[in-house]
Amino acid sequence: MVERVRDRVDADPDGALGNTGNAAVRIRGLHKAFGDVRAVDGIDLEVGAGECFGLLGPNGAGKTTTIEICEGLTTPDAGSVELLGRNWQQDANELRQLIGIQLQETQFPEKLTVEEVLRLFRSFYRRGMTLDEAIALAQLEEKRRARVGGLSGGQKQRVAMATALVGDPELLFLDEPTTGLDPQARRHVWDLVERLKQAGRTIILTTHYMEEAERLCDRVAIMDHGHVIALGTPKELIAMVGGEDIVEFAVGLKATADASTTLAAKNAVNSAQDDSSGREQGVVNVEMLKAIPGVQSHRVDEALHQLSVSELHTAVPQIFAALEEQGLHLSEFRTHSATLEDVFVRLTGRNLRDE
Amino acid sequence: MNRLELSSLYQLTVTRFKLTLREPEAIFWIFVFPILLALGLGIAFRNRPADVLPVGATTPQLVQALAADKGLRATEMDEAAGGRALATGNILLLAIGSGNSVVYRYDDTNPDARTARMIADRDIQIAAGRHDPVEAGNQLMHETGSRYIDFLVPGLLGMNLMGSAMWGLGFSIVDARAKKLLKRMVASPMPRWQYLAAYLLSRLIMLAIEVVVLLGFAWVVFGVPFRGRLVELLLICVLSSLTFSALGLLVASRARTIEAVSGLMNVVMMPMWIMSGVFFSPSRFPAFLQPFVQALPLTAAISAIRGNMLQGIPLGHMMAPLAILLVWCAVPFVVSLRIFRWR
Repeated sequence: MVERVRDRVDADPDGALGNTGNAAVRIRGLHKAFGDVRAVDGIDLEVGAGECFGLLGPNGAGKTTTIEICEGLTTPDAGSVELLGRNWQQDANELRQLIGIQLQETQFPEKLTVEEVLRLFRSFYRRGMTLDEAIALAQLEEKRRARVGGLSGGQKQRVAMATALVGDPELLFLDEPTTGLDPQARRHVWDLVERLKQAGRTIILTTHYMEEAERLCDRVAIMDHGHVIALGTPKELIAMVGGEDIVEFAVGLKATADASTTLAAKNAVNSAQDDSSGREQGVVNVEMLKAIPGVQSHRVDEALHQLSVSELHTAVPQIFAALEEQGLHLSEFRTHSATLEDVFVRLTGRNLRDE
Repeated sequence: MNRLELSSLYQLTVTRFKLTLREPEAIFWIFVFPILLALGLGIAFRNRPADVLPVGATTPQLVQALAADKGLRATEMDEAAGGRALATGNILLLAIGSGNSVVYRYDDTNPDARTARMIADRDIQIAAGRHDPVEAGNQLMHETGSRYIDFLVPGLLGMNLMGSAMWGLGFSIVDARAKKLLKRMVASPMPRWQYLAAYLLSRLIMLAIEVVVLLGFAWVVFGVPFRGRLVELLLICVLSSLTFSALGLLVASRARTIEAVSGLMNVVMMPMWIMSGVFFSPSRFPAFLQPFVQALPLTAAISAIRGNMLQGIPLGHMMAPLAILLVWCAVPFVVSLRIFRWR
């Protein structure tokens, strides 16, 4: 299934790639296996200077392995990485001076103050920001003399970002910068990333939050099982779903006795077979739904039917009518704008956060 | 920021030093514990003046003969009172005189009572006119340097050097690895050798404080002697500390969790606590164990410290322990650099 989808991606116009002449990051044929697990299985990417690029995918998709190869922390089995026109084999020391890194799960010493951590990291770089600048950028002024151990999750994450920024890097790698943060702290980190974007830095971030990728990234690569399965701007990717809106519904049988006779048995999807969600069973004639103008596709997951729809205002009344005609009544019904989550579901048949 | 503040080696060292000082448990184990131990053991094993043994006698003549001896305190009492005093432990021996003979009543399983019997009999015989055929004199020794506390302080110093170096390095390295801080550090342009060098440098600062505190205490409170050159003593301490730091580095070079490193530390240190002569001489172990015991780095460290402090042996004459320390410093250091897990 993934292979099939990959063909689609490869057929994508090259325009989705960044302006290739001025790439800050160039990844070619990257492979990395850990034992039997092929964590990264053939990745080619280019990220333009000044771009904010997102690697989106579920846990285990290979995002972190990819970004850690870029950061020089992991050696690839095959393939090459070029950062700012340099590579890790020859220019490792220089590259470390030029890039800023925020890793997943770094815990800074709890008994150091924010200022002390940043002063330490600043001393590793030949040139960079002053402490005051880094502290101001990460909005940690009130906490500069507080110990790291007493900070909230969001503040700790901003300390990690500040350690990535003290060297005034041209290229910034952020590995899941908002994982585990509450919504407010997450928005705070987003604001910081947006300020960094506006300052013209090239940023590569990984995330498994689609809304984060949609909001922050100029372009997104959706990853799954070590492959890039889709690449483009968030808008382009969402357009791949085929409709701007998603309709979700579940059906139950009508209580009337004659209901069963109206059931269209042929071409029906029996949504009750592996119904673990406790939803009532009802059999839907999918072809009737697909025939409705504006309905692009249909899938069913745990008795929840999902339609991607391009003309929501005209399609929804017809969907109601079609279900009524089949003698079904709705037990659930909702619509939302299509997101990168829907793109992922469409491409893989799985939800982003299933794993 | 001035240039020193921008030096990564300086920042790493200062950071390491601050982190050690901000760990109250570490301060206790490094500074307070050895002093408490020295104080406790020093008091328990202090050299007391020879005990005065209480005895009783039934006649004034006997009391007079016994009272002349400084080692005895004689009281006159009749036989009944003496029996009660013996039973309650107020006296160790009762001399019962009748005419020209004397009978000693005492418990011959009590060493003090046996001593009292010998002294009392000698005093009574001499008072009665005995002459010893051999002229005997005494030379009394109460010299510092031969007391238990003098033996103990170099042992405690060696044990402290080992403990603080190994725990100091082992715990904080593994802690940094478990918290992914090590990985974050090597992703930065920090030179890796500086990270390890900072541990050694901050260790040397701690070492200076540690040695001065423990030895200063032993000197002021117990008057422990320093017969060798202080510079050489300091050199021995520095070498020992580097050796145990290298061992700590080796123990910490692969472990991913604090539990794993704690276990390894104990495996490495336990034999040395027992066999390296902290509390008693390692020569008490049987001959077949001696090559092993003597090859332990803590044995070498403590014997060099004792040689310097107690006997004033110059460094040049202690090549064997110094060579053992050097080997234990170099080999683990080289091995751990090769196998060190940075992430």
